[in-house]
Amino acid sequence: MRTKPMPVSRRHVIGAGGAVAAAAALGLPAIAQPRPFKLGYVSPQTGPLAPFGEADSFVLANVRETFRNGVKIGGNTVPVEIVVKDSQSNPNRAAEVAADLINRDKVDLMLVASTPETTNPVSDQCEVNETPCVSSVAPWQPWFFARGGKPETGFKYTYHFFWGLEDVIAVYTDMWAQLATDKVVGGLFPNDGDGNAWGDKKLGFPPVLDKQGYKLIDPGRFQDLTDNFSAQIGAFKQGKAEIVTGVVIPPDWTTFWTQAIQQGFKPKIASVGKALLFPSAIEALGANGENLSTEVWWTPAHPFKSSLTGQSAGQLADAYTAATRKQWTQPIGFAHALFEVAADVMKRSHGPGQRDATLAAVQSTRLGTIVGPIAWGGAGPFKNVSKTPLVGGQWRRGGAFKYDLVITSNATAPAIPAGGKMAAIV
Amino acid sequence: MAWTNIILQGALLGGLYALFAAGLSLMFGVMRLVNIAHGDLIVLAAYCALMVVQATGVHPLLSLVAVVPLMFALGYALQRGLLNFTLGHEILPPLLVTFGLSVIIQNALLEGFSADSRRLQAGALETASLRLGDQLAIGWLPAIVFLAAAVIIALLEVLLYRTPLGRAFRATSDDADTAQLYGVGIRHVFALATALALAVASVAGVLLAIRTNFDPSIGPARLLYAFEAVIIGGLGSLWGTLAGGVILGVAQSVGGALDPGWDILAGHLAFLLVLVIRPRGLFPKLVD
Repeated sequence: MRTKPMPVSRRHVIGAGGAVAAAAALGLPAIAQPRPFKLGYVSPQTGPLAPFGEADSFVLANVRETFRNGVKIGGNTVPVEIVVKDSQSNPNRAAEVAADLINRDKVDLMLVASTPETTNPVSDQCEVNETPCVSSVAPWQPWFFARGGKPETGFKYTYHFFWGLEDVIAVYTDMWAQLATDKVVGGLFPNDGDGNAWGDKKLGFPPVLDKQGYKLIDPGRFQDLTDNFSAQIGAFKQGKAEIVTGVVIPPDWTTFWTQAIQQGFKPKIASVGKALLFPSAIEALGANGENLSTEVWWTPAHPFKSSLTGQSAGQLADAYTAATRKQWTQPIGFAHALFEVAADVMKRSHGPGQRDATLAAVQSTRLGTIVGPIAWGGAGPFKNVSKTPLVGGQWRRGGAFKYDLVITSNATAPAIPAGGKMAAIV
Repeated sequence: MAWTNIILQGALLGGLYALFAAGLSLMFGVMRLVNIAHGDLIVLAAYCALMVVQATGVHPLLSLVAVVPLMFALGYALQRGLLNFTLGHEILPPLLVTFGLSVIIQNALLEGFSADSRRLQAGALETASLRLGDQLAIGWLPAIVFLAAAVIIALLEVLLYRTPLGRAFRATSDDADTAQLYGVGIRHVFALATALALAVASVAGVLLAIRTNFDPSIGPARLLYAFEAVIIGGLGSLWGTLAGGVILGVAQSVGGALDPGWDILAGHLAFLLVLVIRPRGLFPKLVD
């Protein structure tokens, strides 16, 4: 297709200039309309981390409905706009969309969820560009220390709520103490952010297990998506490990567990992070998923309710199942809680465009959410980190879904009711 | 005994790599087309099998009866309708188009099946094994994967060297223009090559899906080893591809036994070593 350049005369230009000026003059009153309070939300909706973002569309629909008529800020009703971006499970992309949200969309408050690969680059962008940010669904150590956080100074603009490694260690050892074993533990720690943190000789599992009289067999860091675990299985068999722990991605756990059974290695307890979070991953194991255990951040049995909708944890999970016909997953509660914090912060802010007031509102948050109480301003890292309770559970067959997550350890958070005792893998 | 087991498990794993690589090797051999979307097509086949299993309740291995013809047809249509137009003297267009295809397949699968991690349930077959001693056991599934790779490669060899179609493949591979002068319809031959490659990919997809979880984004990660197996074996040689897969699997397994961190590194080192000693691979058939 060929196009001729439009002939432009002097008259045209002057005429157009006049029209532009007139339009600008007419447009002036529109600027007085209240600008919406803009929330940016970054999460992994596609790529390998997508299961974490799977509940987002449900949570966002729910939240948008609640914010439909705007929020009351100091007597004025202000519309709320949520700009959602997909990190595509890629840290570089997460940083890029965060920069876009800050510079182009000029968001007033950033929200970000799921794994250090998403929370860290987004939080870093917010810290540099001086935008208040609330993050969740990443253990706090990889969020705080991996970003170069210093306990003495902390961060100014970025705030986080979740549990930490000390909690998962306490939960796992409490679960293991419920059964008689030889106290030999096989560790599967991959060479990624989580694996290196869990297997860390100073801050991870090794020192605590040592103190509590467990013997850890740690063959070393391996790459994600390993197809062959015969070396690890051989080492665990040789050391007579009766407990297996670690933090591996779902395909690797299926490969390991299948190969372990093929090779005749079956421990009494397997407590694994990440791989056993989602029902779909445990269903993939068929009959071999029974009594595998994992850390539990949120269940429908958690005795908390939403400050935004008044729903209990159970009601929120039921609403999810009704809307999607899928079993509840743990990120639902946390994605919802992020918007609870946002709503609470907006109410106490001075409206859109008032960054310092918004930051002050984040800092002074004292809110009971669907994942438990959230408050910042403690000592050291806890200036920026608010811890939510963590318990442990086992996947058992039966009930409404193929597998149900039953809480079997609540020593770390007695307010959350236990549904049973630990049982050995048979 | 422990070392025997480690080498054995690595060799069996090599069968899986060879299965991933056979289709790739065939497509490259016949038309010099590097199919970046091969891993995603393997995952697509796994999802097709999942749908068949969910609809009919048959054993996943039986689903191949439906999935293999389906992927064969898809391969033919894909080559005839899209990839043939990218072939020419430039090497970039097929790379770019198959890369785009990879992105499209991943996102379509994500849209259709969500990001959930899935697996084909094969019941007792998943974990059954033959115990040969305290430290030595052969899982039935890895053994089946290896046998499938060997049988498929043997069949492809027969096809390539004992049939008129194979002759057309080889003639096109050597000199497409001259083959055309002798009455070979190269568009049709190319399409059949891709169809065969995808039929093999569907076997790979189903066996992978029984072996471990799959999700829409897992394809590309499986592609790297397939490439390495093809290169180690030598371009155009299918038995070489099986040998390449086994070398890669054993190198990874032995490396992993020394230190789990060296698992994948050892595979890459074996690959580089072969390139240094025999830059054209172990059993090269193609002269470029």
